[in-house]
Amino acid sequence: MSVIGKSYKRQDGFAKVTGRARYVDDIPVNGLLHAKVFRSPIANGRVLSIDTAAAKALPGVVGVFTYEDAPTHSFPTAGHPWSLDVHHQDIADRRILNDRVRYVGDEIAVVIAKDEYTAERGVDLITAEYEEYPVLLTPEAALADGAAEIHAGTKNVVGSFAINIGEFAEADKQSKHHFQAKFTVPVVQHCAMENHSAYAYIDENSKITVVSSTQIPYITRRIVGQALGIAWGKVRLIKPFVGGGFGSKQDSVLEALVAFCTQKLCGRPVRLQFTREETFVSTRTRHAMNMYLETGVTDDGILAARKFDVHALNGAYASHGQSICSKTMTTYAMLYGPKTGCAYNAKGTTVYTNMPVAGAMRGYGAPQAVFAVESHMEDIARELQLDPIEFRLKNITELGWVSPTGIKVRSIGLKECILKGRELIKWDERKAQYANQSGNIRRGLGMAAFAYATGVFPISVEVEAARIMMNDDGSMQLQIGATEIGQGSDTAFAQMAAETIGVPFEYIYVVSHQDTDVTPLGLGSYASRQSYSTGLAVRKAAEEIRAKVIKYAAANWNLQEGEVDVVDGWIMSNGKQIVSLAELALHSHCNNKTAAPISADVSHNPDGNPTAYGATFVDLEVDIALGKVTIKDIINIHDSGKILNPQLAEGQVHGGMSMGIGYALYEQLLIDAKGHVLNENLLDYKLMTFPDTPDLKASFVETYDPAAPYGNKSLGEPPTVSPAAAIRNAILDATNVAFNSLPITPQKMIEGFTAAGLITPKEAN
Amino acid sequence: MEQKITFTINGEEKSLYVDIRESLLEVVRDRLELTGTKHGCGVGECGACTVLINGEAFDSCIYMAVWADGKDIRTIEGESCGEKLSVVQTAFLEEGAVQCGFCTPGFIMTTTALTESGREFSRDDIKRELAGNMCRCTGYQNIANAAEKALQTAKECCGENCCGKH
Repeated sequence: MSVIGKSYKRQDGFAKVTGRARYVDDIPVNGLLHAKVFRSPIANGRVLSIDTAAAKALPGVVGVFTYEDAPTHSFPTAGHPWSLDVHHQDIADRRILNDRVRYVGDEIAVVIAKDEYTAERGVDLITAEYEEYPVLLTPEAALADGAAEIHAGTKNVVGSFAINIGEFAEADKQSKHHFQAKFTVPVVQHCAMENHSAYAYIDENSKITVVSSTQIPYITRRIVGQALGIAWGKVRLIKPFVGGGFGSKQDSVLEALVAFCTQKLCGRPVRLQFTREETFVSTRTRHAMNMYLETGVTDDGILAARKFDVHALNGAYASHGQSICSKTMTTYAMLYGPKTGCAYNAKGTTVYTNMPVAGAMRGYGAPQAVFAVESHMEDIARELQLDPIEFRLKNITELGWVSPTGIKVRSIGLKECILKGRELIKWDERKAQYANQSGNIRRGLGMAAFAYATGVFPISVEVEAARIMMNDDGSMQLQIGATEIGQGSDTAFAQMAAETIGVPFEYIYVVSHQDTDVTPLGLGSYASRQSYSTGLAVRKAAEEIRAKVIKYAAANWNLQEGEVDVVDGWIMSNGKQIVSLAELALHSHCNNKTAAPISADVSHNPDGNPTAYGATFVDLEVDIALGKVTIKDIINIHDSGKILNPQLAEGQVHGGMSMGIGYALYEQLLIDAKGHVLNENLLDYKLMTFPDTPDLKASFVETYDPAAPYGNKSLGEPPTVSPAAAIRNAILDATNVAFNSLPITPQKMIEGFTAAGLITPKEAN
Repeated sequence: MEQKITFTINGEEKSLYVDIRESLLEVVRDRLELTGTKHGCGVGECGACTVLINGEAFDSCIYMAVWADGKDIRTIEGESCGEKLSVVQTAFLEEGAVQCGFCTPGFIMTTTALTESGREFSRDDIKRELAGNMCRCTGYQNIANAAEKALQTAKECCGENCCGKH
């Protein structure tokens, strides 16, 4: 390969370093109005009455709308493709504006004014009376007999799911050793630097047009159509530059509301720009989970029988429903594929609570799973005095394993990732060095492995489209529905097209922005799927362009089709340059007898889902008296198949590792007993700053997956999955104290070290 | 209440009436239409709105517009000319320090102030100096590399006679 595998600079880099990249709030709009939301101050209840008269009378206010004005039907918000199976469709459980309020921040009314300040002042002038219900914040409370239902008829269960490979009781007869443990993880938030924002207007063709910072323009078009109760084709979605998403923009959280505003105001343009505080509370979060593990191990160190029970706290609305909790369960199975005769029985329940709504977030249930599973594996290895690395290698998934959803493993470099990590972190040498430590400052080594899918097949459709048009100088536009949100996908797609057609990278210009009136179909940026699923469509379109170029060259330059090749922008025949692509392109546009401009417009429906693998290795120092962890060395090693662009790939790994470190040590959305979020800002939330972040190392074990367009597998989300467990295991290694609840804060450490006798009460004072 | 202020923005002198409650960020984005400077939090936490005021990096979201009277303001738009990028911009591009790009203008402005300070910075110094700019995409890794490279390039380019154009 000549273009794939090289570190080309990102296509949108120039726009971004010069400040010319226009994000949704940077686009000038004539006559723009501004909307602000009146939100619920209570976590569970009903609005008995609302008074908007003062807001309506405020000069500059153009409209005030409440739940009384909004459509009465409910709609779903999850960024999943539409399912033709009614049982698999997302749960439609919310209205655009609500009188039945289910979390602090729920949308009740909206004020639209000439500027943001006036809109905000209008919101302040609204008053309402409420009937309050008990606030349910834990699975125990929400699932208790007789608990008030957050959504009528649900018993507060969003969904449940079970995986049964073998039978636990039967398989457990082989086990000699039995283990049980509970792990908990907190609510965290994506903290994309760009807050959620959108504006809407009715365009010259009477379409409701929404310009939004979204990962999923096509799916959001459908959701807006559903929410307004109009034909989906009457909605147009435009996606400009997006300032980070991490899954929070794989949900339609404000597009339906802003579309409703413009609809009520005869098509006048209205902007709804969330504050940082609104982004924390009223977009999406990562699910808090309680996870229970039960494991039977044979004398040979084989996992014979496993149970995994998961309670996922979803918050007030279903969003992605049960699917994230289900992914938590499948992640364990994919990492340690049960061997013949062994059992894996998992069950998970997703629960409604009166908290901010959980949805997709980088890793989609896998960071939770791997924290629990890889901490548990570490504890078992220690208890059985097995080498933790050898214990894992004995049990990891093998080539040819078939997942519960029928996906066969056709490439796996997990063992090699683990062995490479062991070498890079100098595991054996440092283990010996750190043995028998005493004193306040201690070093520890930890590791954790993961498995991660590439896309959502066969649970959901994966279809993607691509269009390539050759210009009269041989350069080409590539259009895809796949969304660039910072990960570098556009650059990777340009490399793919250039590779397959046989032209330099610079010949391909990827149209970065999606407009559902123009852009070929694409489902969007989620599930680390685009370079795989859209990549297959791009390859197909590029193959068609190449075939058409060869055919046109043969016909017009009197060549044998079978002998023509396209290399580095030249038409070659028998090793000789015949004509440049630029000349051929001009000919194909302008020759008055033969003109036939070359283009391709294709779609592809993938039927695979390759699994990516990897591991985190960490070396850290614990200051016991301060409850302080300093990471000295941290490395992620990834099998993501063929690496398309090493520099961009490393960037993905760094960012994911950083998010994983924050998950391990710092991040947590604090919610009080009344359901109020206490730290909805970037300082109190403890988002890592520059000096908080250690140097991050990325390494790869390249495999080649035959199902993928260029051997590539998922990489966007995987780096986030394993750091937390590796850090927890390294703290255990250093101190012999196990922390089974994230984040591992100084307070938890001081309590844990005191209980373990590492800090005497005198020292603690 | 409005007040007249006069200042230079990217080398050009401007006079305008601003509401005394307006932040410099609002004036830069909404009045001067320089949207390269971003609004990330509005309360001085994230640094996406960083501009240079008399050569020093400030969060423009918590800098009142009236304070800008008589000052020299620089935003990301003034750092490149056509296709020509500054040393810092080039380093960010080459080192893969850009992902979603939303924090990028702020980081570039803060780093630019470092390159023009004439001081030397260790990698730990760089991390501390850039502590006021947050990024969720990169883990700061390639940003540290880019800042190191920009500082090195600026030093090699001018040495002690720094032209102040980085």
